[in-house]
Amino acid sequence: MSIFQYFAKRIGLYLVVLFIGLTITFFLPRLMPTNPIDGYISQIESRAGQSLRPEAIAALRSNLEELYGLKGDIFTQYVNYLNRVILHFDFGPSFTNYPEPVSDMIFRALPWTLGLLLVSTIVSWIIGNLIGLVAGYFHNKRSATVLEVVGILLYPIPYYILALTVILVLAYFLPVFPLSPTFPAEGLTFGNAGTILFNSALPAITLVLAGFGWNILSMKSLAYTTKEEPYVTYARLKGTSNWKRMTRYVFRNAMLPQVTALALSLGTIFNGALLTEMLFSYPGVGLLMRTAASSGDYNLLYGSITMSIIAVATAGLIIDLIYPLFDPRIRNR
Amino acid sequence: MKIMKLRPQMSGTGTPEEAPVAKRVKSKGSPLNFRLKLGIVILAIFVLGSFILPFFCPKDPAEQASYLKNLPVTDKHWLGTNSLGQDTFWFLVFAIRNSLQLGILVALFVTVIQTLLGLSAGFIGGWYERIVMVIIDSFITIPLLPILIILGALVRGNTTFLTVGAIIVVFGWAWGARTIRSMALSLREREFVNMARFSGASTFDVLLREIFPYVSSYMVVGFINTILFAINTEATLAVIGLSKVETPTLGSIIFWALNYNALFTGQLLWLIAPIVSSVLLFLGLFLASTGFNERFATRRGVA
Repeated sequence: MSIFQYFAKRIGLYLVVLFIGLTITFFLPRLMPTNPIDGYISQIESRAGQSLRPEAIAALRSNLEELYGLKGDIFTQYVNYLNRVILHFDFGPSFTNYPEPVSDMIFRALPWTLGLLLVSTIVSWIIGNLIGLVAGYFHNKRSATVLEVVGILLYPIPYYILALTVILVLAYFLPVFPLSPTFPAEGLTFGNAGTILFNSALPAITLVLAGFGWNILSMKSLAYTTKEEPYVTYARLKGTSNWKRMTRYVFRNAMLPQVTALALSLGTIFNGALLTEMLFSYPGVGLLMRTAASSGDYNLLYGSITMSIIAVATAGLIIDLIYPLFDPRIRNR
Repeated sequence: MKIMKLRPQMSGTGTPEEAPVAKRVKSKGSPLNFRLKLGIVILAIFVLGSFILPFFCPKDPAEQASYLKNLPVTDKHWLGTNSLGQDTFWFLVFAIRNSLQLGILVALFVTVIQTLLGLSAGFIGGWYERIVMVIIDSFITIPLLPILIILGALVRGNTTFLTVGAIIVVFGWAWGARTIRSMALSLREREFVNMARFSGASTFDVLLREIFPYVSSYMVVGFINTILFAINTEATLAVIGLSKVETPTLGSIIFWALNYNALFTGQLLWLIAPIVSSVLLFLGLFLASTGFNERFATRRGVA
């Protein structure tokens, strides 16, 4: 029974987080002093010179308000917004690519982001935790201290610094990878898979390195404390091999908090991925947000932001829902 | 918010609940451990350097075309001048000072907010705690950068440096509040707290005399972590051009260097100098916070 309670609780939290996230994205821009419609109108006015009559501008304003869901009082707008976003995934048309719907542009960019993020997060989690496991399990060896120092050096360094350092080292001083990557516009096909992988290498390396620091340090201290547990001592006295104790006894238990930590830090990792995409011109959601922000395409901006909140919350939910597979205590309570 | 590695409040010692109290206390030999010493030395150099040197600066480093453009390193321009005709060294000094000031200011507010919310959630409990926890969890789960991008895009141009700080405060308190609340939960059940209660101490007295000494050392750790987080977040926004990029900060140098293609024009120092100083500064902050945590906070057995 209790596993169902666990699921119900987790799904409830998911819905609340989604609701709060969507509410923040709805209200924040409306609390700001600037109004996108004024921006559009002045843009159109400056293009048209002085030739627009006030009636034309008023008509334009009401059309734009209709189009961007700004009609009516704030409560109606809010209900309409939730309705459109949740039921139809409809974020309206893009301003710069009019009349292409924003959702199409986002769904084109999303696989790029997901591919990069999924691969680099999994690689970084597995390798980082294995390094941390070794560093914690053999904590009295000198080489373990070296591994920990790697973690300490990597952990506090922010994504943009890592990205720039990776560019400097691997594209400038040692020109292994291209300084300005190119990505085929048509997306992944059999023919260009190699090009895409080659050009995605630098952003992926950045994200993997960024994940290392936390995974190494945290796993190191977890492995160190787990190693001192009585059941590990018992296994040693029983004659279990060192390798088996490290993987089956220490790692299996120390891994659990790391899975939870991964679920909690998804937002952080996602932020890093967005920033990395911007710095490497990688055609994912991050780049979309940057172009939208710099060209004042607010529908595209809100759309990609809403989608990323939904995506991150859903990924966290998925991790928590498969967590009972790793932790029998929740499964058979 | 490590934008940002957004896990600033989790110290390097791993998940706190797992730390065995008895074992940790043993390993404390010297009064100050190596990490803390190294961290303090690095921070002292940065703080003293960036707060004293500006008094000797010949002219406002943010002013463009003060010098000839793209000068190499000479004894007059220690790091050369950039493509905007600014002295790279002085720009960097002011950048470090501004970033530190912003970080300290944000950290002050964030520390107060997260302590109040965390402690009250842990002690009052009930519906209040549930609501606070849901808000905390949402703030942790919701990716911060997209929201900052919206705000940056909307206020761009007429933002001030302080507004950027205020926005970071609003979104920066959740991790710390979560940690402090779990500390409060574990403290609530301790013998000495019950003892104080039964001896007739009011909730306020219990909080101030019994709980605060335990939480205060974590507040220092959280404070340092928040400085790191705030500097990072501002720099991240600046790098993508959404902060007040005219103000010298560790991020705005990189913004200008990237915008003027410093890599292609061979202006390497313009890019490498802020990278090296950021790495050193962040390392100093991180070492100080984990060193302090190891020396003072975990010893009490709650953090």
